[in-house]
Amino acid sequence: MTGATRERPNASPTATERQAPRAPRLPDATVALSWLLPLLALAVALAAWEIGVWIDNTPRWFLPKPTDIAREMVTSRALLLDHTWTTAQEVLVGLALAFALGVMLAVAIASSRLVERAIYPAIVASQAIPIIALAPILLIWFGYGMTPKVIVVVLICFFPIVVSMVDGLRAADPDAIALLRSMGASRVQIMRIVRVPASLPNLFSGLRIAAAVSVIGALVGEWVGASSGLGYLMTRSAAQFQTPRLFAAVTIAALMGVLLFALVALVERLALPWRAAERRGGRRGGG
Amino acid sequence: MQTTTRTAQRNATEGSAGQVGVHHVSKAFGATQAMVNVTLSVEPGEFVAIVGPSGCGKSTLLSAIAGLIEPDSGEVLLDGVPATNRLGRVALMPQRDALLPWRTVLDNAVLGAEIHGETRDAARQRARALLPRFGLEGFGEHYPSALSGGMRQRAAFLRTVLTDRDVLLLDEPFGALDALTRRSMQEWLLDLWDELGRTILMVTHDVEEALLLSDRVAVMTARPGTIKLVERVQLPRPRRAEMAAEPTLVRQKAELLAALKDEVSLTGEPGGRR
Repeated sequence: MTGATRERPNASPTATERQAPRAPRLPDATVALSWLLPLLALAVALAAWEIGVWIDNTPRWFLPKPTDIAREMVTSRALLLDHTWTTAQEVLVGLALAFALGVMLAVAIASSRLVERAIYPAIVASQAIPIIALAPILLIWFGYGMTPKVIVVVLICFFPIVVSMVDGLRAADPDAIALLRSMGASRVQIMRIVRVPASLPNLFSGLRIAAAVSVIGALVGEWVGASSGLGYLMTRSAAQFQTPRLFAAVTIAALMGVLLFALVALVERLALPWRAAERRGGRRGGG
Repeated sequence: MQTTTRTAQRNATEGSAGQVGVHHVSKAFGATQAMVNVTLSVEPGEFVAIVGPSGCGKSTLLSAIAGLIEPDSGEVLLDGVPATNRLGRVALMPQRDALLPWRTVLDNAVLGAEIHGETRDAARQRARALLPRFGLEGFGEHYPSALSGGMRQRAAFLRTVLTDRDVLLLDEPFGALDALTRRSMQEWLLDLWDELGRTILMVTHDVEEALLLSDRVAVMTARPGTIKLVERVQLPRPRRAEMAAEPTLVRQKAELLAALKDEVSLTGEPGGRR
């Protein structure tokens, strides 16, 4: 955001020498374990579920076995993919709009006390309105299409983005701001050169939260009224006691949330290389 | 635009470029009187150090000269003329280095030049050429977090120099460094000093540092701060760090410390911040 021409730091041998002592690196076995352990826990839980249902002979419509769900995912893959695509579109468009709206609002709020006083309470109040109550109204206004779902996603996602970015814009180093002022920098320059870059770590925290809740927004929108999408598929499957399909839809929705979260984390790593350098290097070594 | 007006101003007041005048300046923050009736004049190319107890308004004085705060009364002159709108006309090095952690050393160094309208490439070119002189060769593309305290300070100083003003205001440039790094930084600055040819106004806690580096030392009183006395340093130029042991310096140091001691006991802050 600040400079397109920035080069990555070159890791010359002197650089590594001069860096402050690193945090002790985890041995490879420990790293492997940190991946393996949650997977193992998941496998144990699924196995317990599978065996429990099998022993109890629970009917499939009440609680299907994990293998039943997996089989459903394979046999109905075309159907599931279709509905997943609908939801994914709503989520991605909603997130993108929430990002644009959130960043604009945050910059406006941090730039002007007047704007802050005028709209910050309204933004907080918007979160007190239960989305589930708002969804039917959106349905009346915008119909069964994609629009009301996107709006719900935006409403749910822009709040964490605005709040975290405003905090970041405000937390910018006052010394750096004073320095730029002493150089004769304009308010716009200070915003661009200090405040916005300083707010990026916070913005990404907000984006991670937004990514995690965005799928919920789309599902809520679809529950109220839709002709397609994972939320629509859930309500339809539940009504028809197609429980394995319901579970398959729920699983896909959860995976979508995890994937988005991971995607934001990846973009953050790429966009803020200096953060990684900071974590590696520690702040100040000896002279 | 900034540069053209500046050049015009310099031409208009030939010979006084780099002069700093502080005339009867007072400033209060709420009920706290930070400085009262401060008067100080710094000649072009002169190095003046300001010493004083903690919280005596030394930083406030620099902020007022830089234009970050407006004095309640009195006026600040730059290049010999009263300067009402002076943001951007002097180069300030804040107490903490204020390096932007997301910018590499080089991109931090060109900050002032960039704000004054120079293209980043041209400024980077100038900065790169100066890296070795500032002990930062090979570190241009590093983030500040990878640097030691002394290197960070030199990077901040490079940024101040590249801001390309006649007057440099240094707010305790070596205050955060350990004694050894501090000493080597002082030697380095002594070496660099002649090449720079700029007016320097430096705030410090360290009387010896003030004497070793500057032409004149101003002692500030405890809050409300005002200039108590100004002494010309009796050491010849060029200076060397070994001169710290010379009798003239030792004698002057004792004098200044005695003047300071009264102030420190007044504030009830023995030892100051360090």
